[in-house]
Parts: sequence; C-alpha cells; structure tokens
Amino acid sequence: MPIVLLRIDERLIHGQVVIGWGLQLRPNRYIVVDDQLAASAWEQDLYRLGAGGADVLFVTTSEARERLAEWRAAPERSILLTRDVATMRRLAEGGLLRGDTVNVGGVHHAPDREEVLTYVHVSDADRRDLEAIAAAGAEVAARDLPDAHGVSLSSLLGSRWKPSN
Amino acid sequence: MSDADAARGIVVGHADMAQGLVDAVRRIAGEAGAALTAVSNEGKGPDQLKAALEEAAGKGPAVVFVDLESGSCGIAAAYACRARAERAVICGVNLPMLLDFVFHRELPLDELVAHVVERGRGAIRSMRVGR
Repeated sequence: MPIVLLRIDERLIHGQVVIGWGLQLRPNRYIVVDDQLAASAWEQDLYRLGAGGADVLFVTTSEARERLAEWRAAPERSILLTRDVATMRRLAEGGLLRGDTVNVGGVHHAPDREEVLTYVHVSDADRRDLEAIAAAGAEVAARDLPDAHGVSLSSLLGSRWKPSN
Repeated sequence: MSDADAARGIVVGHADMAQGLVDAVRRIAGEAGAALTAVSNEGKGPDQLKAALEEAAGKGPAVVFVDLESGSCGIAAAYACRARAERAVICGVNLPMLLDFVFHRELPLDELVAHVVERGRGAIRSMRVGR
C-alpha cells in the first residue's frame, strides 16, 4: 500500500501529479527513478520545488529495485515516477511489480512515436516495454488524472500491433 | 537602443493561459504587445517545451514568464535559461506585470526584472467594497 501510485510521466513532478493525483492519494514522498537525475543535484533542486513540501528521493533504477520492498513496508505513502517506459520496464523485471498497476500518464510526441492518446505517444520500443511490464505481472493502464477514464494496454498497443512471443 | 536590443517576453503556461494573457496585453497596449510570444505546454513533452522556449527567446535578451514556478512550464523555463546571462525567468505571471514589461523592456535585464516583479506583486490586492 505505501507505494500509492506507479506512474510513467515525462514531466515527473508537476501539476497533474502533485495536485490531480496528490490531493486524492495524499503522498508524503515522491520517488523519482532516473539514472541521470540521480546524479544531478541542480536538476533535483528544480523538481523539488514542485513537490509541495513532500520528501523527494532521486534514485537510480538499480537502487530502486533494491529498495522497492523497503518502500512498500514503510509508513510513508509514496508516488513512484519514471519519465520513460523503459525505466519502468527495468523496474518491473523479475516480477518486482507483480500485482501492481502501472499508470501511463504522459509520454509525448517524438519522431518515432505514434499518438494513441493526446497524452500518450508510443514507439515500437515503448510497445515492447509495455508488453514486458504486463508480462512481468503488472497491470498497465493509461490515465492522466484520477477522474479520467482508464485506457487498457490493448488500446495503447493498437489493433495492428503484433504481440511479442 | 533599437527594438532588436530590447528584451522579448515569452509567456508559458498551462492550456490556453499564455495566449489569453498575450491577447489581453495586445488588446490593452496595442502594438507594444507584439514583444510577447505565448507558448502552451499542451501536448508537449519536456524537450519540446524547452525547444519552443528556445525558439521564442531567440538570441537577444529575453524574459520567460511562467504561470507556476514548479511543474512542466517552470522546469522547461529553468532549463532554457540556465547559465544564460541574457535570459531571466519570472514565475507567477499576471497581466499587470506583462503590461509593465512591454513598456519597460529597454531597461537592463536585471533592472527590468526587478521592475516587473515589483509591479506584478503590487497589483495583487484584496478589495472588500461596501463593507
């Protein structure tokens, strides 16, 4: 329970997360899993501005994998964020997110990405990673805000997508 | 000072807020409002938003006005202006500060920023009429 939201969102700590989700889920900690940000103090300071006084941890993917059980057992209510699908897929490997729901909240346009929702664009690599997250036991659904309609993984992948074996 | 040397203003905000503010300045101040460009975060990832701010700011002095200091707009503005002496970020944009900006943008950047922030702060007042 203490990890109250696992979310993929390029913007990480921003209004939708802190206000839209935060007022409902009442987190007192944000955990940002990002290898690059974990090594950049000035960028961490920037993102902390938006956390509304909650604690913010910046950790590498490998540290996150080691500490997931600790965070789940802790009294703090945490929102865990990655800014791309690949990082969440690495976190999910080996069933570490089995039984969890992974929220896809914001993946924006890029030359190799196709729009599937106004706030979700996916490349073939993203599709493979989303499938891998699901295959590792997590439910994957897109939802930008808590009161929005959830969109299933199959809708995100699209009818033309051929699932991996 | 030529117009090219005066600061440009970029207003960045959520949804249509920035365009609304820029339209309001143009309606009130006329051609002076042409010094402002609106940028929305709608549909843009962090890199695209930063690129949009870079393009709008150009090479001369520029002030980026942000709606919320935190979040996608504030972070993109910080990235775009980091270690750039000719650029500044002002958070908590309001209409009075933009009107002040368009008529004082020939000031040196630090002086301009202080002037605009003071004007914006000073315009926030409570009114309890008829009590």
